[in-house]
Amino acid sequence: MASQLHHNVSASALDNAAPAKTVRVRGLSRSFGPDQVLRDLDLEIASGEFVALIGRSGSGKSTLLRALAGLDHQATGELAVDGTVSIAFQEPRLVPWKRVADNVSLGLRDPDPRARTAAALAEVGLTDRARAWPLTLSGGEAQRASLARALVRDPSLLLLDEPFSALDALTRIAMHRLVLSLWERHRPAVLLVTHDVDEALTLADRVVVLTAGQISHTCLVSADRPRDRNQAYLHGLRTRLLAELGVDREGTL
Amino acid sequence: MPGNRPALVQEEAPPGAVARLVSVPMPAAAQAAQATAAARPEGRRSNAGGRRATAWLRLISPVAVLVGWQLVSQLGLVSEQTLPSPTQVWSTAVLLVTRNSPAYGTLQGNLIVSLERVAIGFAVGASIGLLLAVIAGLSRLGENAVDPVMQMLRTLPLFGLIPVFIVWFGIDDTPKIILIAIGSAIPLYLNAFAGIRNVDPRLHELSRVLQLSRRELITKIVLPGALPQILVGTRQSLGVAWLALVVAEQVNTNAGLGFMMSQATQFLSLDVIIVALLVYCVLGLLTDWLVRIAERRALSWRRSFITT
Repeated sequence: MASQLHHNVSASALDNAAPAKTVRVRGLSRSFGPDQVLRDLDLEIASGEFVALIGRSGSGKSTLLRALAGLDHQATGELAVDGTVSIAFQEPRLVPWKRVADNVSLGLRDPDPRARTAAALAEVGLTDRARAWPLTLSGGEAQRASLARALVRDPSLLLLDEPFSALDALTRIAMHRLVLSLWERHRPAVLLVTHDVDEALTLADRVVVLTAGQISHTCLVSADRPRDRNQAYLHGLRTRLLAELGVDREGTL
Repeated sequence: MPGNRPALVQEEAPPGAVARLVSVPMPAAAQAAQATAAARPEGRRSNAGGRRATAWLRLISPVAVLVGWQLVSQLGLVSEQTLPSPTQVWSTAVLLVTRNSPAYGTLQGNLIVSLERVAIGFAVGASIGLLLAVIAGLSRLGENAVDPVMQMLRTLPLFGLIPVFIVWFGIDDTPKIILIAIGSAIPLYLNAFAGIRNVDPRLHELSRVLQLSRRELITKIVLPGALPQILVGTRQSLGVAWLALVVAEQVNTNAGLGFMMSQATQFLSLDVIIVALLVYCVLGLLTDWLVRIAERRALSWRRSFITT
């Protein structure tokens, strides 16, 4: 018990023996020239928590995600992520000259990478496509391969950058179910960036609205999963979130 | 070719033989044309057959040139001293292979010496070119260090270096191999560098997310990504390597295809020169063909995109 506590303290400099936080962001700012994209942003994600980040185009969603992924070294402020980070990009970003299985095992440090890869592919239902070239996959298959690649590393934080936005509606529903089942099994903290309010409400424990580089609204979604989007409770949340995004004024008169 | 052999042995072929030479390719060509015509409307499955038929069609013009050449010599329009006939060239080639003449040595002996020079020169040059391309391609610092020098070398007249190399490295194999190496390093460098810079930057980003090591980045992302361009560069490099060989071997050599040619120049033996030139042709085509095969195998991930 004591040693575990000690481990937590050393792993995260910001830890104050509070409930385990996978992500702690304080006062994060990022400018591109004169444009300040993130302004003094605070965000915490508990371990195993599923957070959806919504916002209009240009609100800084992708910038925040890139900072969390360690792809942006010019953001200022405090940012601590406990453990490993994986990301599934908007385009599946598979390496075209590596077969699906080799894409999943790319950079994997594991005593038995083959078994791990096979297990990850089985989880996303791609066992029979393991030897396929990425260019021959359908959009949904490619995104599943991308998910397998992100999960095979056993991340404590899984970043999803609008991974379903290019998929057709039916495939998207199947992907939502898949992501939820994977999340329930592995329990990483998840930050899902999305444009889609319904998607956020279907999946997340908490929905965070980003406006002009700051978190303008947070709502907890306490409904049990699987959720029916026509539930009155979710309907109320949706109306509230759309208002927060400024859609009501344009959408309804 | 072997089918033409009896006609080639005769000094003065009867007119019938000539007529036969002319008529032989025609039915094959006609068949090929029919095959293509029949293959076309069927579509995809017969596509390969159609391509094979086209390959046959491509043989018509070279054969026609050969036949024309033979006719020109045989009808006495051009003297044997000016342009030996194909039959003459063939018998010279046979002689060069079967007899070890004091002036030339054997064709195969010279061929082996030349092949060895090209192989070593190309291997050294291609490795250096590729290594420099990786250095220049992966960092701004590397680019600033390597690229200006390579651009300077590129504009340098390669064969103007021969006298310099003779002074520096003597007259043995070293200057020849260095010349071939420099000649083949440059096209490969230029193509590989451009290829590396064209690799999708999003894959670089991916490699950072996946925490690939530098080595993994190079072997799994950068080089495979630049491979199409690297193979284009390889074909150009091999072309330059053969070219450099011809030139280098005509200076201070006692073996090799170029040596054979410079000896033949002194004896005014045009037939030997033509044999050597044809051997160069075949070697150039052969290496190009090998690279194409490598290309087809290495880029199968792209081909699958087309065929499925």
